[in-house]
Amino acid sequence: MIGAFAHLLERLAFTPQRKGKLAHLVGYFRTRPDPERGLALAALTGDLELRAVTPSLLRGLVAERVDAELFALSYDFVGDLAETIALIWPEERGAQELPLADLIEELQRTGKTALPAVIATRLDRMTPSQRYAYLKLATGGLRVGVSARLARQALAEFGGLDLPEIEELWHGLVPPYTELFVWAEGGAKPVSAARAPFRPVMLSTPTDLEALQDLAPDEFLAEWKWDGIRVQAVSEAGTRKLYSRTGDDISAAFPDVIAAMDFEGAVDGELLIRRGAEVAPFSDLQTRLGRKTVSRKLLESHPATLRLYDLLIWEGRDWRSEPFAARRLALEQTVAGLDPARIDLSALLPFDNWKVLAALRANPPEPVIEGLMIKRRTSPYLGGRIKGHWFKWKRDPMLVDAVLLYAQRGHGKRSGYYSDFTFGLWDGDQLVPVGKAYFGFTDEELRALDRFVRNNTVDRFGPVRAVEPTKVVEVAFEGLNRSTRHKSGVAMRFPRISRLRDDKPAKEADHLSALLAMLPER
Amino acid sequence: MLSTDAPLIPRPEGLYCPEGDFYIDPVRPVARALITHGHADHARAGHSAVLGTQQTLDIMALRYGDGFADHRQAAEGVIEVGGVRVSFHPAGHVLGSAQIRVETRGQRVTVTGDYTRSPNAACAPWEPVPCDILVTEATFALPVFRHPDPAHEIGKLLASVAAFPARAHLVGAYALGKAQRVIMLLREAGYDAPIYIHGALQKLCDYHIAQGVPLGDLRPATVARGKKGDFAGAIVLAPPSAFAATWAQRFPDPVICFASGWMMVRARARQRGVELPLVISDHVDWPALTQTITELDPAETWVTHGREEAILRWCELESRAARPLRLVGYEDEPE
Ligand SMILES: [Zn+2]
Ligand SMILES: [Zn+2]
Repeated sequence: MIGAFAHLLERLAFTPQRKGKLAHLVGYFRTRPDPERGLALAALTGDLELRAVTPSLLRGLVAERVDAELFALSYDFVGDLAETIALIWPEERGAQELPLADLIEELQRTGKTALPAVIATRLDRMTPSQRYAYLKLATGGLRVGVSARLARQALAEFGGLDLPEIEELWHGLVPPYTELFVWAEGGAKPVSAARAPFRPVMLSTPTDLEALQDLAPDEFLAEWKWDGIRVQAVSEAGTRKLYSRTGDDISAAFPDVIAAMDFEGAVDGELLIRRGAEVAPFSDLQTRLGRKTVSRKLLESHPATLRLYDLLIWEGRDWRSEPFAARRLALEQTVAGLDPARIDLSALLPFDNWKVLAALRANPPEPVIEGLMIKRRTSPYLGGRIKGHWFKWKRDPMLVDAVLLYAQRGHGKRSGYYSDFTFGLWDGDQLVPVGKAYFGFTDEELRALDRFVRNNTVDRFGPVRAVEPTKVVEVAFEGLNRSTRHKSGVAMRFPRISRLRDDKPAKEADHLSALLAMLPER
Repeated sequence: MLSTDAPLIPRPEGLYCPEGDFYIDPVRPVARALITHGHADHARAGHSAVLGTQQTLDIMALRYGDGFADHRQAAEGVIEVGGVRVSFHPAGHVLGSAQIRVETRGQRVTVTGDYTRSPNAACAPWEPVPCDILVTEATFALPVFRHPDPAHEIGKLLASVAAFPARAHLVGAYALGKAQRVIMLLREAGYDAPIYIHGALQKLCDYHIAQGVPLGDLRPATVARGKKGDFAGAIVLAPPSAFAATWAQRFPDPVICFASGWMMVRARARQRGVELPLVISDHVDWPALTQTITELDPAETWVTHGREEAILRWCELESRAARPLRLVGYEDEPE
């Protein structure tokens, strides 16, 4: 029923913690029948094909019922179109519970001219919270803070299933995923009917020089870990797909790579954007991600390329149980026949001891490298993060010493603690905010930071406190992009507070220029 | 602007009655003040003479001490103040809250103060007070504010308590009125377990009990009572400001709830870090406000504080005379 789905959306919207969101989703799957739960799952994963109901259509509907000025004042206050309409819509005939399936089917079936009247009739018979859920469903953008992966993770938890197995099956199935729920409730595992299906991706565990001492270097191969996005490229029986490592189909955003996938099989690699002979920074890739279509101009200015790491299936043969060294040899032979401007091979690095590798790591040939991948020669290709086979040895994080500027309270176990921090760097004699961090510190450091915030508040804006700019913290981050959305002009990737620098006075914190110098070159 | 011979005039100190030489809910110290109710932004300390309901006077004494004014008079029946007839009528907002009717210069003026028409077991219900000029609040005066049945909201809280028995539910509720209303709603829903309250609510809860509001078993939410786990499954009430204090750190993975009319708007709730918004309001919502104007059918409607643009627009559409007073110093909802 739409009411139950509306209730779920409400709970998800107000539950900040991942764990809590999972609990709400699992509870929903447990208590709701088919096909409702599967349709809700599809809505959350973005797999529901619905006619796009436009904002202007909705504005037109509400204009027939509410004075324009009253609506404008309300919209101004509420800030979200669907929510404003949900709240302001005159209740006409009392709420009626309708199955999600009927509502979705109706939206799919109704023609464009009849659509406004159909939507209005439905809105008349809903509570505000149902209207909100219905409008979010109809407009397609749920944006309730749940990723497709989290929704599938909830299904895995609900059924005690393996997430990679669900992801492998996902693209062969369609809403309402009845066969997945049968499986989750103890029935048979669905058979993949997908063409060019996704296979679970093999993941690595982190390592460092100390941990590597226990391993024999000659049992391993090493290569660069490029800073793009990990993908699986599948081309089987005329169907070509590009999947993210969580199994999301991203083919539409990369037609140039799809066109070059002139092979029969499934390979594993890194998706990158080229800039002449070099690899472009991650931000270039971001401008292509998430698109439904890509303009010719963007294809020319941001050409995508695939750098291969591994081979899973080749011309009908499944190589996943073969040792990595053998797969790698096969991969080298197959790549030879492909367009090198679009698809190339990740080079193996020569080394005979870990020190040599450490030296390479300290001096990578290109900036768009995250670190090293160290892979056991004998490892089969195993879906998921299995220990002992693949190791990721990241470059040392970038570091700056920054000054705390603002703090906000946390949620759940951190309720009552100031745990979300905004920090800044010097620009002349001004401190400019450069980022936010809410992890990295120990519990003890959190208590110290919380105490500092409470004793040094100089201003409050709603839940945010401005603090005396005297506390210096070391911020570690994985990379840096240019950003027009940030006042400083840059955005850090995965910033965290790695150390409290109580030994440093604020005036010795870093300058913005030092951060800008860490940007990859244009 | 209102002419100087108007029955009531907005001044920086508050709403002034020239004929009777008194203010209603003045925000600065004045010689003679009539107080609608005990919320801190309406009932301030430092006036020479105060006229209010007995309960409002008691609440002011609890807050400011017995000597909060030189002269205190409890309102009963019709009273002459400086030759002007005034009377107090229940507003349904909080314990002791009143609308004040003033008869001056040939006009009957009803000043609503803050009011709600939805049933409130913690105080006497709102009554219609016929008038020529209605002076109304407009805190929730936008057509998006249609507050649901508070019993339904309390149902949400109880469902959450049942679903998360290991977590404490911390309910943000203002110390005067909202806290007691939430407690009464819980009791009406059949919840008879002890309810834990923050120290800042103690005095006012005691006062409600003394006035015959059956709040049931209330216990202090002090850490001295034991370990963190002791509050698992408990409902704890606190003023919202306590969530920012170290006080909140003592509870096991708490669910932060907030009882307020603003909780209708998702962004508002999220901004406050609320996990379970409870739409419980002590102010009129849009339908109740427009219904009040329609039913009382005053010759003029004046708007004291809140979102006046929308209600003025509505009056315009309904061909009703209306004007904003733009009184400053009143909060949307006091801490
Ligand atoms: Zn009030
Ligand atoms: Zn007020």
